[in-house]
Amino acid sequence: MADTPVEYIKHHLQNLTYGKLEAGYERFDGSVMSESAWTFARTAQEASDMGFMAVHVDTLGWSIAMGLLFLGLFRYVATRVTTGVPGALQNLVEVTVEFIENLVRDGFHARNPMIAPLALTIFVWILLMNMLKFIPVDYVPMLASAMGLEYFKIVPTTDPNATFGISIGVFLLIIFYSLKVKGITGFAKELSMQPFNHWALIPVNLVLEVLVLVVKPISLALRLFGNMYAGEVVFILIALLPFWAQWTLNLPWAIFHILVIPLQAFIFTMLTIVYLAAAHEDH
Amino acid sequence: MNINLTLIGQSIAFAIFVWFCVKYVWPPITAAMQARQKKIADGLSAADRASLDLELAQEKAAQQMQQAKEEASVLIDQANKRAAQIVEASKDDARKEGEKLIEQARAEIQQERVQARDALRTEVALLVIAGAEKILETSVDAKAHSEMLDKLAAQL
Repeated sequence: MADTPVEYIKHHLQNLTYGKLEAGYERFDGSVMSESAWTFARTAQEASDMGFMAVHVDTLGWSIAMGLLFLGLFRYVATRVTTGVPGALQNLVEVTVEFIENLVRDGFHARNPMIAPLALTIFVWILLMNMLKFIPVDYVPMLASAMGLEYFKIVPTTDPNATFGISIGVFLLIIFYSLKVKGITGFAKELSMQPFNHWALIPVNLVLEVLVLVVKPISLALRLFGNMYAGEVVFILIALLPFWAQWTLNLPWAIFHILVIPLQAFIFTMLTIVYLAAAHEDH
Repeated sequence: MNINLTLIGQSIAFAIFVWFCVKYVWPPITAAMQARQKKIADGLSAADRASLDLELAQEKAAQQMQQAKEEASVLIDQANKRAAQIVEASKDDARKEGEKLIEQARAEIQQERVQARDALRTEVALLVIAGAEKILETSVDAKAHSEMLDKLAAQL
């Protein structure tokens, strides 16, 4: 655990990283790697030196756990679903499903049976991941520290890897459905003949449209990451206050996040629907 | 905040979750919801139909009641008429009977009167003859004077 406030904040924002260190790398305690090997990073420097060949174990673990919680819960209801009077759990699930169904019906006019379950997955998964924020910032890191793990960040959406992972998935779907619905020529036409429908302006169009296309996943991922990360930083800052004063700021901030957390999940879902609807539109 | 393999792991997890949701979560839940919607719609329309049926049945019942009332009043009318006829007829019979009786009585009286007159006439004729005999001091030959006697008797 860290001593100074800066170290404390940095510590709480560092993921548990399992990655490959090259041979000859000098570790935090002065020892030198005799050969390249996969190991847990003990410092932030080590984590960043691992480069791309590393995995955030906490992010992946918690996001997969939340995904399994979502699927397990919904699958549990789906296997016991009744057309009669629903129980409380089934009611909750049905309300969520209906909410997503209405969103898709309003925003997506083409016929694609995949869009609604996709939106449901995104919404509930992100919601659950965001909701991990309600766990006080010190609980899990301290527990992990007791188990010998140097770092542990539990909110996956404060890790850009997680948000970009989802938004890249959405991006691939946008490309896939654009090609499927419009064909290669149609998609190429859309990228090159808009917004200025003249052959001489094709390069300009191409730059503009490709930019618009590429910005979609980036804006999706960064919006979610930025909101969650900033919120997390504030929670950590509040945790630096004396223990008896923390609740005065912590409580309002947590209550505010009751709004922010579903809102960010909703925005991500809604934009996904809108982007995919645009991908299905044939001009 | 390093971008690393987590990105790819996250994308794979996302793809698997979406696949599972599309295949095993979404269809049964929405199917059940649609089935319930249909059930509710059917129930509502059945209720509508039932209330319509009730209305029709009430109307029919009212009609039948009305018809029964009408038939009953017709029957009562007929019965009253029939009773009046019977009373009238029996009055007629009684009157005829009475008249007949009166007629008979009259006839009898008449007969008795005729008999009494005849008897009286005969007696008067005898008395007249007896008187005449006393006057004439002679017996009247009944045969000889029967013509005159008959004439006399006829005059009485």
